[in-house]
Amino acid sequence: MLAMNYRGPLRVRLDHKPMPEIQHPQDAIVRVTRACICGSDLHLYNGSVPDTRVGMTFGHEFTGVVEEVGSDVHNLKVGDNVLVPFNIACGKCTFCKQGLYGNCHEANPQATAVGGIFGYSHTAGGYNGGQAEYVRVPYADVGPTVIPEGMTLDEAVMLTDVVPTGYQAAEMGGIQPGDTVVVFGAGPVGIMAARCAWLFGAGRVIIIDQIEYRLEFARNYAQCEAYNFRSLEDPVVFIKKTTESLGADVVIDAVGAEAAGNAMQTITGRKTLMQAGSATALHWAINSAKKGGIVSVVGVYGPTDNLVPIGNVVNKGLTIRANQASVKRLLPKLIEHVQNGVIDPKPLLTHHVPLEEVSDAYRIFSEKLDECIKPVLIPPSAKL
Amino acid sequence: MENINAKDHSHIKGWGIDADPKNDPTYPMRNRSKDTKGYNWDRPPLQPVDIEVLHSIERPNVTAVFGTSEPPSGLSGMIRRLAFKSSENSYGHWLPLILADRVNVVEGIIDDIKHGHFPNIFAEKGMNAEWKYNRKSLIQKVVIGTVATSAALLYFRKK
Repeated sequence: MLAMNYRGPLRVRLDHKPMPEIQHPQDAIVRVTRACICGSDLHLYNGSVPDTRVGMTFGHEFTGVVEEVGSDVHNLKVGDNVLVPFNIACGKCTFCKQGLYGNCHEANPQATAVGGIFGYSHTAGGYNGGQAEYVRVPYADVGPTVIPEGMTLDEAVMLTDVVPTGYQAAEMGGIQPGDTVVVFGAGPVGIMAARCAWLFGAGRVIIIDQIEYRLEFARNYAQCEAYNFRSLEDPVVFIKKTTESLGADVVIDAVGAEAAGNAMQTITGRKTLMQAGSATALHWAINSAKKGGIVSVVGVYGPTDNLVPIGNVVNKGLTIRANQASVKRLLPKLIEHVQNGVIDPKPLLTHHVPLEEVSDAYRIFSEKLDECIKPVLIPPSAKL
Repeated sequence: MENINAKDHSHIKGWGIDADPKNDPTYPMRNRSKDTKGYNWDRPPLQPVDIEVLHSIERPNVTAVFGTSEPPSGLSGMIRRLAFKSSENSYGHWLPLILADRVNVVEGIIDDIKHGHFPNIFAEKGMNAEWKYNRKSLIQKVVIGTVATSAALLYFRKK
């Protein structure tokens, strides 16, 4: 089968790889119909996630058709069209039982801090991902969800990560009607977080980034205010000035390790890997929040350390909430929102690219070429 | 600045439909009634361990399922095995893994060549897309790189 093959920082290609096999009675083999490239895939692509091994296939946002099921799979059958949450969850451990499906303790032997994630290095379990024609899906009765009739594949694939992560970013903010919400990062997740903040009754939503075309997209799609931090003297001072000097009730970090905007963070976090990515957005989020406010973090950072103003967290009495999205917990509500047209994720998928052009797709997304918001890969076998 | 808080939000589809005073405190939250207070849940069946799987020393076992892509091998594998002797809490774990990743890139190139495949690094880096969408900047980078390299070569040759 054809599959994306990681060869080193900034180098990926398409190769023939062996077909995946059932390795556990609760596995399924899925023929991929759509596979997105996620902003967090760029951390792998840039070589900043430890234990990213050459030869691995990335891809944690995908839909597909069930081709084969293990002997202990009861909820899925061959031929089902499914969307597959990015987190691999057993449904049995103490964390899954509490709805913390992003924190499953039975899916990743290599690290205890992070659960299992498709195609996301050995630090997240060593699974090959969905940027391929076929993929092995463990715990097939737990995560994969049959795509409802009438829902397009583009809508479904966005429910595997972007929509739940954006929604949970807003949810973790504990937004109450009238709250001012600031989102750092106008990537797909940040834009979705800004859109979802309104569903919780936000009174004002502000998004901050440095890419003008993305800010314009966010302004139209999420109906929010959008500002370029390059044209602001200091984004934190700007937020303070526009909130009567108090700060925002809720601030969302939807950037993570690749943040720009602070030379020291960029050098120590992105160029020399002396910290686990650049923490500029988190730094700004903490300093922009109102005293007693909430900082919600969905931006992905590496496993070591980051330089953030923790003293200000203490002195301002902030609450920090953070997690990988619990996709399975949120899916029923979010499927309803997509079906009712409350959330329309399709416009975020600006680039439909054949899997055969995976190297170019990564470059386009990484370098933000051709006004790309988000690319989705379509394998040649998707149309079988 | 216009006071947006005073605005009517009815033009925003779905405004406030998920507003809930109980959403504070919110997720992630513990559901103590379902917390098993220990590693004593009914584990799923165990995937047979028929490849080398490194596991964190912060857990007693290999998880019930695991990925089987790229087991540790070669020099990078030796470094990874060393890394997994230290905990996730230690630089002794993460720094060797980053080193192993870099060694693994060289191993990948050697392996490609051994199999008669010379990696097309320009294509792997997606330079076709760069040429198509960002040609001016690409040409600029190539010209600057060429001039800088030529100048450096000339300088050292004169010395």
